[in-house]
Amino acid sequence: MIGSKVERKEDKKFLTGKGRYTADITLHNQSYAVFIRSPHARAKIKGIDTAKAKKASGVIDVLTGKDLADDKIGGLIAGWKIVSKDGTDMKCPAHPALATDTVNYVGDHVALVIAESLQEAKDAADLVNVDYKVLKAVANTGDAMNAEAIHEGIDKNLCFDWELGDKAKVDEAFSSADKVVEMDIVNNRLVPNAMEPRASIGDYNSSSDELTLYTTSQNPHLSRLVMSAFNALHPEHKFRIVAPDVGGGFGSKIYPYSEDVVIAWAAKRLQRPVKWVCERTESFLSDCHGRDHITKAAVAVKSDGTVTGLKVDTIANLGGYASLFATVTPTYLYGPLVLGLYNIPAAYCNVKAVYTNTAPVDAYRGAGRPEATYLIERIMDKAAKEMGMDRAEFRKKNFIKQFPHQQCLVHNIDSGDYDAHFDKALNLADYAGFEKRKAESAAKGKLRGIGFSTYIEACGIAPSAAVMSLGAGVGLWESAEIRFNPTGNISVFTGTHSHGQGHDTTFAQIVSDKLGVPVENIEIVHGDTDKGPFGMGTYGSRSLAVGGSAISKACDKIVEKGKAVAANMLEAKPEDIEFKDGEFIVPNTNKKKTMGEIAFACYLPGTYGEIKSPLPEGMEPGLKETAFYDPVNFSFPAGSHICEVEIDPTTGETKVDTYTCVDDFGNLINPMIVEGQIHGGLAQGIGQALYENAYYDETGQLVTASYMDYCMPRADNFPEFRIDYTCTPATSNPLGVKGCGEAGAIASPPAVMNAVVDAIGTEVTMPATAEKVWRALKDKKSAQKKAA
Amino acid sequence: MKQFNFHEAKNVKDAVKASSKKSAFLSGGQTLIPSMKLRLSSFDDVINVKNIKDLQGIKVSSKSVTIGAATTHAEVAASKDVKKAIPSLSHLAGMIGDAQVRNKGTLGGSIANNDPSACYPSACIALDATVHTSDRKIEASKFFKGMFETALKKDELVTAVEFKIPESSSYVKIPNPASRYAMVGVYVAKHKKDVICAVTGAQAVVYRCKEIEKELGNNFSSDSLNNLNLDYSEMNSDIHASAEYRASLVLSAAQKAVANCK
Amino acid sequence: MKLSLKVNGKKIEKEVDDNTLLVSFIRENLNLTGTHVGCDTSQCGSCVVHVNGKSVKSCAMFAVDANGSEVTTIEGLEKDGKLHPVQESFKKHHGLQCGYCTPGMVMSSIDLLKSHKNPTEEEIRKGLEGNICRCTGYQNIVASVKGAIGKV
Repeated sequence: MIGSKVERKEDKKFLTGKGRYTADITLHNQSYAVFIRSPHARAKIKGIDTAKAKKASGVIDVLTGKDLADDKIGGLIAGWKIVSKDGTDMKCPAHPALATDTVNYVGDHVALVIAESLQEAKDAADLVNVDYKVLKAVANTGDAMNAEAIHEGIDKNLCFDWELGDKAKVDEAFSSADKVVEMDIVNNRLVPNAMEPRASIGDYNSSSDELTLYTTSQNPHLSRLVMSAFNALHPEHKFRIVAPDVGGGFGSKIYPYSEDVVIAWAAKRLQRPVKWVCERTESFLSDCHGRDHITKAAVAVKSDGTVTGLKVDTIANLGGYASLFATVTPTYLYGPLVLGLYNIPAAYCNVKAVYTNTAPVDAYRGAGRPEATYLIERIMDKAAKEMGMDRAEFRKKNFIKQFPHQQCLVHNIDSGDYDAHFDKALNLADYAGFEKRKAESAAKGKLRGIGFSTYIEACGIAPSAAVMSLGAGVGLWESAEIRFNPTGNISVFTGTHSHGQGHDTTFAQIVSDKLGVPVENIEIVHGDTDKGPFGMGTYGSRSLAVGGSAISKACDKIVEKGKAVAANMLEAKPEDIEFKDGEFIVPNTNKKKTMGEIAFACYLPGTYGEIKSPLPEGMEPGLKETAFYDPVNFSFPAGSHICEVEIDPTTGETKVDTYTCVDDFGNLINPMIVEGQIHGGLAQGIGQALYENAYYDETGQLVTASYMDYCMPRADNFPEFRIDYTCTPATSNPLGVKGCGEAGAIASPPAVMNAVVDAIGTEVTMPATAEKVWRALKDKKSAQKKAA
Repeated sequence: MKQFNFHEAKNVKDAVKASSKKSAFLSGGQTLIPSMKLRLSSFDDVINVKNIKDLQGIKVSSKSVTIGAATTHAEVAASKDVKKAIPSLSHLAGMIGDAQVRNKGTLGGSIANNDPSACYPSACIALDATVHTSDRKIEASKFFKGMFETALKKDELVTAVEFKIPESSSYVKIPNPASRYAMVGVYVAKHKKDVICAVTGAQAVVYRCKEIEKELGNNFSSDSLNNLNLDYSEMNSDIHASAEYRASLVLSAAQKAVANCK
Repeated sequence: MKLSLKVNGKKIEKEVDDNTLLVSFIRENLNLTGTHVGCDTSQCGSCVVHVNGKSVKSCAMFAVDANGSEVTTIEGLEKDGKLHPVQESFKKHHGLQCGYCTPGMVMSSIDLLKSHKNPTEEEIRKGLEGNICRCTGYQNIVASVKGAIGKV
C-alpha cells in the first residue's frame, strides 16, 4: 500500500454532496448571529447603542465587549514568546474578542446580534449604532515604526526587534568580500481564501454543563486548550470542539478566532445554540492574512562565486494584534531558512515586527519559509547575474554537498542531494534549449524568461525540545490511538486534522501495511476532542512526518502485543514470532495466526470450557494502543523548480508557459495525493507572484475585499505542471517522510519572479501584474534613452 | 436581502404596468441579484421579464441582426446565424462573465444596467445599433448616458437590440484579472461609410475613440495606430489599471482588433 | 409565493419568501447541503446547479424564478448507487481535495462536456472560469474533465 496511488476513501461523500461542513449543521432551536464590525481602521469606541436593535423583530440579544468583560472571558493570545535582541520580551496588546475601547482594523469585532433568523439578525445589525472617534490609521508596513503608537505603551508600534546569527562574523565576511550584492525585497500580503468560509456553532447543554463548539478548525484540541486556559470559556473536560469536514485551511484555520470565543460564550450565556457563518467579504476582512514583509538583504561573494555571508533586515507586519502563531512566523520559521540550501558560513538576520491597523497576519501556507525562500532565491539570482555567472552554475557551486550539515544559524540538515534534483529539473525543463525557445518567442514579439528556485524548508513542525526552547508555549508532538475492534476492523484516532490533505487515505495506507488489514477496514477519526487523544493539529507539513509516525508507532505496539498473544496461542516464545503481511508466524513451522484472529483473541481473556485463555497470564485484555511521537529533528524537504514565462510587452501580461519541479520529500506514501499537494501549493505561489495582493489604502480600508478585486487564480491562469521526484529519506522519523504540503507555495514565487525579471531585464515587485510589468519595461526604455 | 414582491410578467404591457416607484425589471439577474444580496440596492417590486415571449429570439436580415432583450449571452454565442452575420458579436457574447453567467445573463439586462465595464455597450455603439424599448426606438449613440445611466425611463423596458451588419469587425477584451469584467474592451467595426471604434471599461461610460477612428478612417490598418498617444485625462484609474495604462491598453486592443478584422 | 418544481427528479411544492435565493431554498428548505456558498459576489461557483439542464449559479437566482423548472443538484447525479461518469473521473484523477468547491465544479464540468463534446485543454480551462478552487491548482480538475470526455 505504501507508495501506491490509492484512490481517496473520502472522495465519495464529497462527490455526492454528503460532505458535512460546519455551515451544513442545523441544531434544534438554533439562533443566528451576525457580527457588527468596525468600518474604520482605527477608532475609539465612544459608545454602542444597542437599544433599537434589541427591540427589533426576532432579536434575542445584542452582546458587546462589556458583556464579555463582565463574564470575565479572556482575550486572544500570542502563543510563541519572542525575545528582542536587548533581552526584553515581545510586547503584545490586549486582544479582547469583542472590542471595548478601541478598534484596530476594518473588520475588528464590535458586537454580536443574535436573532431567530439570519435575516432578522442582519436587519437588526443595521440598527446598532456605534459612536466612533476616528483616529489616523497606520496602514503601511514600512511606516509603522515612525507613526503614532496604535497601542498604549508599545513604542514605535514595535512588538519585538529580534536577531539571529553572528553579526561580527558576517561583517568580517562582507569586509573581505570581492563583491557585495544588495537587494530590496517586498513580500506581498495575501489572503488565504480557503473556499469554505469560517463558521461556528455553539451549543450548551445545561443538564450536563457541556459546551460544544462546531467550528472550522485545523486543530480542535489546541483551540480547546487555548479557549479553556486563556479565554476561561469552559473547563476543558466539559468542553468539546468538533471540526467536521473543513473546506481548506492553509493556516488560516489554525487559531481560535474572536468569533469562536464569542459564539461559544454566547451559546452558553443564552443557553441556546448560536450559529454564525462568515460571508466572503467578512472573511477577507477578518481572516488572518499572510506574508507582508519588507526586507533589505545583502550577500558577500568571492570572485569565484562562493557566497561567504548573508545579511537580512526585515520589517514584518503583524497587523492590528499579535495572533496565535504570528510571532514565530517571521522569526523561527523565517530567520533560520534565509540560508536556503546553500553552504553559507556566516549569516545575520534582524526582524522587527510591527503593529499596523490591518487584519492580523499569521501563518499562511509555508509561513515564514516562503518569505525566506523568496529572499535567498531572488538575491542568489541577482548575485549570479552581477557576477556574470550562469545562474544554475552559481547555485550549484554554493549547494550544501555533505550531510548531515549544521547550518550557521539553527538547523542541522539530516539528508538531501541537491545536485540530484537540480540536474533532473534542468534536464526535464530542457534548460539547454532555452535560448532557442527565447528566440521563437521574440519572433512573435514576446519576451521569454527562465527562473530557478532551489529551495529547502524545515517541516514536520514538532521537536518539542527545540520549539519550546525557542519560545513555543506548547510542545508540538503528535498522538495516535489505534483501536482494534473484536471483529477485525480498526479505528485510528489522530490528533492531526484533514481538511483536504487526504489523511483518511494516507494514514490508512500506513496502518494497512503495518498491520496487514485492508484499507477499507480502517477508519481514520479526527476532528473531535471527545473522540481521540489530545493532538496538535495540522500545519507546517507536519501531519505525516509527526502524526503518521505516531500512528506507525502505535501500530508497532499493536504488533508487539499481538506477538505476545500469538506466542501464547502458538506455544512459542514471543521473540521467535515474526509478523508479516498480517500474519504472526513461527518461522520454519506451519504455525500461524492472522491479525484478525489475534485481535479477536485479545477480547477473549477467559478460559472457555476446554479452550484455555489465549492471553498470557496477567496480560490486560483488549487491543488498543496509544502512542505519542515527538521527533528528534525537523524534516528538510528540498527541491528545484524551474519556471518559464512569456510576456506580451504591449500589455505587460505574463503567461506561465511551463513549470517544472523536482522535489525530494523523502519517501512517498501516496504519490497521487503528494502530487495534488504540489499542485495546490504551486497555484498559491504562482498566485502570489503574479496575481494576488491584499491592498490597504492609506486610511486602512482593504480595497481588495472581494473576488471582484482580489485576484484569485483560475484554471486558465496555469499550464500543466511537470512534476518529478528524487528521494533521500528523512532520518528523523520512522517513515522517512519529509512533508509536502507547503513546498509548492514556498518554492514557486521566486521561480516565477526570477523568470519575469529575466524576461524583462529589470526589477519588478510581486505581484507582477500586467501594469507593473508594462511600466517596468517603459521605465527601462526611457532610462536607456536617457543614457543614450 | 430585503423583502420584495416578485411579479412574473406575461408580456411587455404587463411588465410595464407592474412597475412601481421602487421596482426593478429582472432579466438574467446576474448583476441585480448580487447587488441586492450585498444590500447595495433594494426594491419593493421585482418584475421578471425573462420569460416574456416577445423578448426572445434572434432575427437576421441582410442588413441587421435583431436580438430579443431576454436572449442569454450563451444563446447569442451559440447562434450560427449571429456567428455568420457578425462573428465578432458572437465572440463578444461568448466572453462575457463565465459559462454560468452566460446561461442566465441577457442582452437587455446588460445594456439597461450599463455597467462601465460591461461588454455589450461597445457592440451597440460600434454596430450602430438601435435599442427597441416598450415605447420607442433609441439610437445607441443616445442610449448610454453615464455610469449605470441610460436614456430609459423608469417604467421603460428594453425589448430588443438591432445591430447593423458591418463589412468587418472585431472585439478585443482585456479582462480585469480579478473580476474578469472588461478592464478595457475595444470594438472596431468597419462599415461601408465609416469606421467606428467603441471602447468600454476605460471611462465612466462606453465611448467612441475619435482619435483612433480618424487614423483608421484614413488607413484601416493596425500600423496606422503605431504612433498614436491617447489622451487619458478622462480614463478610469483603479488598483488594476491606472488611466495611463488603460490608454495604452485601448491602443493595443484596438491594434489587435484591426488586425483581426482582416 | 408557492413554488412548484422538480428537484433531482422529485416533485416539490413549497411556500417560499419571494426574496429567497435558489441556493438558500436548496440548502435550507430542502436540506440538500451539497450545494455550497463560497462567496457573496457570485463568482466562486461553489453553488452551481443545473436548471433545465444548464449550469447556473444558484446564489444569483431567486427560488421563485425556478418555478416550473427541473433542478439538479450534486445529490441528484448518482444513479442506482453508481457515480455519474464525471464524479467517477474526479475520483479517479484526484480532482478534489477539501471537497468544498467540488459540487459546483462537477456540475459546471458536466455542462461543459455537454456543450463541448471534445474540448481542448484550453477550452476546459476557459470553461471552468466561473469556478474557483484553492486546493488543486486546477491540474487534476482539468485531468478529471479530460478523463470524462465522451462519457457524458
